[in-house]
Amino acid sequence: MKVLVAIKRVIDYHTKIRVKADGSGVETRNVKMAMNPFDEIALEAAIRLKEAGQASEVIVVSCGTSECQETLRAGLAMGADRAILIETSEELQPLAVAKLLNAVVNKESPQLVFLGKQAIDDDANQTGQMLAGLLNWAQGTFASNIIINNDKIEVEREVDGGLEKVSLKLPAIVTADLRLNEPRFPSLPNIMKAKQKPLEVISASSLNIDIKPRLTVLKIESPPIRKQGVKVNTINELFNKLHVTEKVL
Amino acid sequence: MKDILMLDSLFSSEELMIRDSVRRFVNEVAEPLLAPANEAAHFPKELIAQMASLGIFGMRLPESVGGSNASAYSYGLVCQELERGDSALRSFSSVQSSLCMYPIFRFGSEEQQQKWLPRMAKGEVIGCFGLTEPDSGSDPSSMKTHAKRSNNGWVLNGAKMWITNAPIAQLALIWAHTSDGIRGFLVETDRKGIICSEMKHKFSLRASSTGEISLNDCWIPDENLLPGTEKGLSCALSCLNQARFGIAWGVIGAAESCFDTASNYLAERNQFAKPLASYQLIQKDLVDIYNEIIKAKCLNIQLGRLMNTGDATPEMISLAKMNNCREALRIARMARNLMGANGISIEYPVMRHVVNLESVFTYEGTDNIHHLILGKYLTGIDAFN
Repeated sequence: MKVLVAIKRVIDYHTKIRVKADGSGVETRNVKMAMNPFDEIALEAAIRLKEAGQASEVIVVSCGTSECQETLRAGLAMGADRAILIETSEELQPLAVAKLLNAVVNKESPQLVFLGKQAIDDDANQTGQMLAGLLNWAQGTFASNIIINNDKIEVEREVDGGLEKVSLKLPAIVTADLRLNEPRFPSLPNIMKAKQKPLEVISASSLNIDIKPRLTVLKIESPPIRKQGVKVNTINELFNKLHVTEKVL
Repeated sequence: MKDILMLDSLFSSEELMIRDSVRRFVNEVAEPLLAPANEAAHFPKELIAQMASLGIFGMRLPESVGGSNASAYSYGLVCQELERGDSALRSFSSVQSSLCMYPIFRFGSEEQQQKWLPRMAKGEVIGCFGLTEPDSGSDPSSMKTHAKRSNNGWVLNGAKMWITNAPIAQLALIWAHTSDGIRGFLVETDRKGIICSEMKHKFSLRASSTGEISLNDCWIPDENLLPGTEKGLSCALSCLNQARFGIAWGVIGAAESCFDTASNYLAERNQFAKPLASYQLIQKDLVDIYNEIIKAKCLNIQLGRLMNTGDATPEMISLAKMNNCREALRIARMARNLMGANGISIEYPVMRHVVNLESVFTYEGTDNIHHLILGKYLTGIDAFN
């Protein structure tokens, strides 16, 4: 069984985000980038399937500029077998990414596509669902546990009320939640070997897919700075603050 | 820490990936164990297997003996990240890689290499390096340990002191006088006549396992002599060069940890109704620390480049070890001061780095000895004798 894992290059989660002065976006120049953490979890799940003998090949795919090759190499260093970059310098929104991934799925015919539940930059949480829609495949989102069972995959989902178990017929889409696993740290020998693994670059324009953004970003700004809190001594004082001063009760 | 000179652009993407992988291991796995290990004065052995699976032991050696053929930059960056956690972690790895695996590779026979190196890369065999003695520190040629020929082998007598990893090692590389000069011997620590005991009651490098080795008529077979050590003491010193290169990078990791901790603290701590970071005197110290870290990194990078091309000399390595240890120790003390009373708390790594760096300043060539090496380089006059 071939497994495809979609990974996104985002600002490293340790980095303090700075908004550009003109409000057009966040500063990415000279900023450390990394694989979206949820995608890392998705990839770890795929690699574990391969190690357990349940997957034959793990392919990582990313859409974006040529710098995404670095992120793909990181995926190869973790243990993916080969990588595909759909290269474009255009802005990509979730629908565009889902369409590009759809084209890759049609070309590669995987039985399973893993994605992170969302990317930590735009927090859209849409790509996996849209891809399932385009492919007309079953989807198990927010996965915290998975079991392959012949031609089915059982997915434990993290939902508001607790956990929900669904059984999906393969081929299927699974998006990874935080508790699915703890991704490995790439080892030095695997980082060195990753250089030799195949990385195919496909130009997005060669696929003839409409990837134009559907949404226009008007302005990006930092969240307001939190006001310093106060300590209250009694319940009455607390109520007074909330009701009379802040008028939130 | 901000990369003002874009020094990251001087590393390859593999080197950065190696650095980031080790950084995450240190942050997420090692860090929670380090303060308690320091307090309890024991080496966190549970980290050995994970360090081995990251592939950092003997990483500079070829793949045929379990290494990864990694660049000098990669090795430096790994040392930097380990020491960002604690000098004890970097010391452990320096001894295993530079002081044990490197000499076995460089001076050992094919059989010795195949017997020990792959298992050492996997962390299954831990090594230690026995050069220093109770009465022989900066002047190693005055060592009293000696080896005499006997029964198709050698009999060793003597004592070694301040030996990192000795209490947990399966293999000791012992330097001893013979009738032909100083030679290196591989001594399995389960042999009769060798005892490795732990040196307790240290104020520094508490998370590192330090020991004494006593050798009483310890017999080893001929095949345990490292055949390539016929040049004597200079062989031992060449191992120290590898380790000192790692120290020059490592201490800057500790300094960065102090800088990061102090600058976060200063941004959040308010006194006189303003963050401490808004005061001129505080900013001056912060900038001075940052400036020295950036300079030390530039020094490391140029030295690493020369290591990669094989052009690095012992004097260059002395310069980097001397400068970076001195500055890292000064930085750690300044960071401790910037954090006031909280600087000494076990909640922060800063005081731990201060006391660790006191040792690192001294071991692998004291500050004075490195000055003399460079003094000789400049004047042509040997001040040792």
